[in-house]
Amino acid sequence: MILQGVRRVLARTPIHVVLIVIAIVWMLPTLGVLITSFRSAHDISQTGWWTVFEHPFQFSQYTVENYDSVIFKEGMGRAFVNSLIISIPGTIIPVFIAAFAAFGFAWMKFPGRTALFIVVVGLLVIPLQMTFIPILRLFKFLHISGTFPGIWFAHTGYGLPLTVYLLHNFMAGLPRDLFDSAAIDGASTFQTFARIVVPLSVPAIASVVIFQFVWVWNDLLVALIYLGGSAKVAPVTLAIANLVGSRGQDWQVLTAAAFVSMALPLVVFFSLQRYFVRGILAGSVKG
Amino acid sequence: MRTKRWTPWVYVAPALALLTLFLVYPSIDTIRISFYDRSVSSFVGFQNYIYSFTNPTMLTAFRNNAIWVLLFTVFTVCLGLLLAVLLDRVRYERIVKSVIFIPMAISMVGASTIWKFVYAFRPAGAQQIGLLNGIVVALGGQPVGWLIERPWVNNFCLIAVGVWLWTGFCMVLLSAAYKNIPRQLMEAARIDGANEWQVFRKVILPLLWPTVAVVMTTMVVFVLKIFDIVYVMTNGNYSTEVIANRMYKEQFSFSNYGRAAAIAVILLMLIVPMMVINIRRFRRQEAIR
Repeated sequence: MILQGVRRVLARTPIHVVLIVIAIVWMLPTLGVLITSFRSAHDISQTGWWTVFEHPFQFSQYTVENYDSVIFKEGMGRAFVNSLIISIPGTIIPVFIAAFAAFGFAWMKFPGRTALFIVVVGLLVIPLQMTFIPILRLFKFLHISGTFPGIWFAHTGYGLPLTVYLLHNFMAGLPRDLFDSAAIDGASTFQTFARIVVPLSVPAIASVVIFQFVWVWNDLLVALIYLGGSAKVAPVTLAIANLVGSRGQDWQVLTAAAFVSMALPLVVFFSLQRYFVRGILAGSVKG
Repeated sequence: MRTKRWTPWVYVAPALALLTLFLVYPSIDTIRISFYDRSVSSFVGFQNYIYSFTNPTMLTAFRNNAIWVLLFTVFTVCLGLLLAVLLDRVRYERIVKSVIFIPMAISMVGASTIWKFVYAFRPAGAQQIGLLNGIVVALGGQPVGWLIERPWVNNFCLIAVGVWLWTGFCMVLLSAAYKNIPRQLMEAARIDGANEWQVFRKVILPLLWPTVAVVMTTMVVFVLKIFDIVYVMTNGNYSTEVIANRMYKEQFSFSNYGRAAAIAVILLMLIVPMMVINIRRFRRQEAIR
């Protein structure tokens, strides 16, 4: 009996070893940056971050000075605000427009409905690179390159195929009786949409909102193209990319800046894990 | 649902208008521009395409994208599969899953910064502050310039960052599919005397295959467009160039709109077949459900 138990544990040891090694490998890079962001510039350049474990509870070796400096002196505070200014409308506008379109495609009859819907979903294959040159020329002509409204519209256009597709799939699955009884009760189309369809679609909308928000927050390429190099409008991703270029060896700056940029998506991840995972999985095909 | 004739258009028109403006019109215009010179003033025929397929840096970019597609896809899918199957057998499944999935919340820029620090390099004799060189030196080796050592070491190191970011994605999808396999099938095979490897090869893998295929094509489409990691970590220097970074450089550093457009069209041509396969398979799976 006992021997068998021991043998079973031994047989499973390789599984535990493999899993724990992988988990440690996955955590170490982030842990190193987290610890480094709380060390002084002098310590960082003198010793590896792992040396703090020789005396982990000697708190005098930690400092929040790096965060103070990146947020207020290196412009990460400004960049954080810019990221919010970009991401919030960059999420609300496309989801709002997509909800109307998804409802139209799912429950209204009009000529060309199926064909148009296939085209909308088909637009998912277009890599964003295909759009940069003409849109940037258009933005320059309209004098909105390097401004927030420009990038809001860009993220709206790029986010629509996926948001329409996902919300359509959900709304199309709502029971038909719902619409029949709403019609009998004399509800207008808009009332049906606003009072019945939208409240019932909250789980789907939540996933789409989280995906779009994290996608816009973490985006570098679109910001790089339409906002250019100006620090006044740069989001966190752009600010870090610039810091890597200009302060490449100043790890006290880079590590703290990286954590400032990661803070919000990580909070979303830990507080809304289920929706977050669902949203990311559903949104992975985005261009 | 009964509506007035124009009502549906009120609902779908804003989306259609924005899609036309931001995706349809620019795509067509980019194809046109790809046949023009750097300032889009005179027609040059296929010259930009000929350039793209003969210029040495472009050829390096094609080669590197091929390496990315191969290694990134193989590693993310295989690791995801390994984790999905093994984690099902342990009690701390949820914790490890979170650990592996967390990088999906981090931007590629953030991840690149994190890994640049792992790869940090100082000459032999100096105190190493990067984790990887710290380990190498502790084991008695010579420090390595991970991001400079061309062409294999640095490209592998960049791909590792991508694998770190996206394995969690593959794991979650494959794990969900794995948990849908009826347990009796595996038990029956074990009772018939199959060892664990045989159960995996003959029972689990065939049943997981449709999901594996979708995950693989998704990874290929994603990695063909890889940009951020290369842009932040090496900016394509030391033979690490990729197609998307090249396009960015042609557009912004060299202001050659014709060439940038041609590269974008080539990227589209590479992606379309993969997306068609993916959407077809996805729809077939939905039809089964």
